[in-house]
Amino acid sequence: MDKIIQGIIQAVQLIVDADPVVTEIVVLSLLVSGTALLISTLVGIPLGALMGLSRFAGRRLVIALLYTGMGFPPVVVGLFVYLMLSRSGPLAGLNLPFVPALFTPGAMVIAQTIISFPLVAGFTMAAVMGVDPQLRLQIRSLGATPLQTTLAILSESRVGVIVSIIAGFGSIISEVGAVMLVGGNIEGRTRVLTTAIVLETRKGAFDVAIALGIILLAITFLTNLAVLRLQGRALEE
Amino acid sequence: MPDAGSNAIYSLRQVTKAYNGRQVLQVDQLDIGRGEILALVGPSGAGKSTLLRLLNFLEPPTKGTIRFGDAIFDTQGDMPLAARRRVTTVFQRPVLLNRSVWANVTYGLALRGKRDDSEMAQQVLQNVGLAAQRGQRARTLSGGEAQRVALARAMVLRPAVLLLDEPTANLDPYNVGLIEENVVRMNRESGTTTVLVTHNVFQARRLADRVALLLEGRIVEIGDNESFFNTPRDPRTSAFVRGEMVY
Ligand SMILES: Nc1ncnc2c1ncn2[C@@H]1O[C@H](COP(=O)(O)OP(=O)(O)O)[C@@H](O)[C@H]1O
Ligand SMILES: [Mg+2]
Repeated sequence: MDKIIQGIIQAVQLIVDADPVVTEIVVLSLLVSGTALLISTLVGIPLGALMGLSRFAGRRLVIALLYTGMGFPPVVVGLFVYLMLSRSGPLAGLNLPFVPALFTPGAMVIAQTIISFPLVAGFTMAAVMGVDPQLRLQIRSLGATPLQTTLAILSESRVGVIVSIIAGFGSIISEVGAVMLVGGNIEGRTRVLTTAIVLETRKGAFDVAIALGIILLAITFLTNLAVLRLQGRALEE
Repeated sequence: MPDAGSNAIYSLRQVTKAYNGRQVLQVDQLDIGRGEILALVGPSGAGKSTLLRLLNFLEPPTKGTIRFGDAIFDTQGDMPLAARRRVTTVFQRPVLLNRSVWANVTYGLALRGKRDDSEMAQQVLQNVGLAAQRGQRARTLSGGEAQRVALARAMVLRPAVLLLDEPTANLDPYNVGLIEENVVRMNRESGTTTVLVTHNVFQARRLADRVALLLEGRIVEIGDNESFFNTPRDPRTSAFVRGEMVY
């Protein structure tokens, strides 16, 4: 018990002092998850809008894949990315641009993008499908081009779209299996909040582990708070 | 104006519309004159709304052609954007954007990159009696106010053709009066061609230059206001005019 209380006190000290090691881990976490989320959003929102608003051959299959992706175990995504990027993997010999090496932040971004993008696309699709179909007709009747119609529908379902982004973020900032596998938890290079907590706890360095835990909790709590507020606003409207 | 003839803005020829193989509309010939108010009456399910969707180029016909000015709308469903933007519809149920009244009224202008036409928008809002509500959220309006916003949002575009799909169904006399007044003023002042779908025989009588009766997807009778109501040729028109038709 003493050890835990001691840990908490030191953890608060580390946070207050903006300890450089802790800061570096937090920054890398936000950078990796933020980049992954940015890519997921840029791909997921247009894809979700397309799924929700148009009918084409193969749409059901894509939706089934999306739903599967939404519930996919992150560690399996990590394994998949690991195999793809490993020296004996299919991408290794090709020397392609933009394909990062294993155990780099780039590899972690790829894994987290694959984890979060089905959530962004899936929730966006659901939000867009919830918009009154009569509204689409009305928007077109007012002279909107197909692109303008899509933008108007996304704007009408903006609360749901923002929730989709935050859900995507929540799924990766607190994820540990995939980043551990493809990042390798290398100090000063690929160590993020979750993997650092695992390591520090194992080492018995509870002060650092608790400090990182508090920060991670604060980040996820704030994002959940934002989701709740937005959903509340959606219910009021 | 019994025959729109060469002054027609629309010419429909052998137009049919079917959904899942079931034909719901068959208009062999219909010319709509530039600047006229044409009322479409008929029982529920007659195909009135379907005809309006075709006239607004929202759906292609299953067969036939709709000539609109120089453009032809056929089964391909292609219509140049510029032509499409000369026509707009006010639907029976007003569907507004979840934004302010002002944002709704200026939405069509924004689509056309004409955000700066705010004087016109203010004027139109005044005409429908909603100048004071311009900052209000559209979702908080009453049914009548919402329909007036929908009308204002259409009128501000100064369309060549205004399509109205039972715009005053379920509204109180005050709102009906305001809407009718604006539709007539716009027609008189700007020469806006107006196609008004209505259930209400009296409304058709009050507003229309010509009236057409649609039954089971076909135009049973079309004529100028006077003859349609006073000397109908088809017994079904007489029955409808006398309010005997069940719908
Ligand atoms: N999108 C659609 N799919 C299938 N059937 C439709 C569709 N739209 C209209 N219909 C059918 O077409 C017929 C005419 O409908 P409508 O044009 O709405 O009639 P009205 O407006 O005169 O009441 C009805 O039988 C209706 O069920
Ligand atoms: Mg109808």
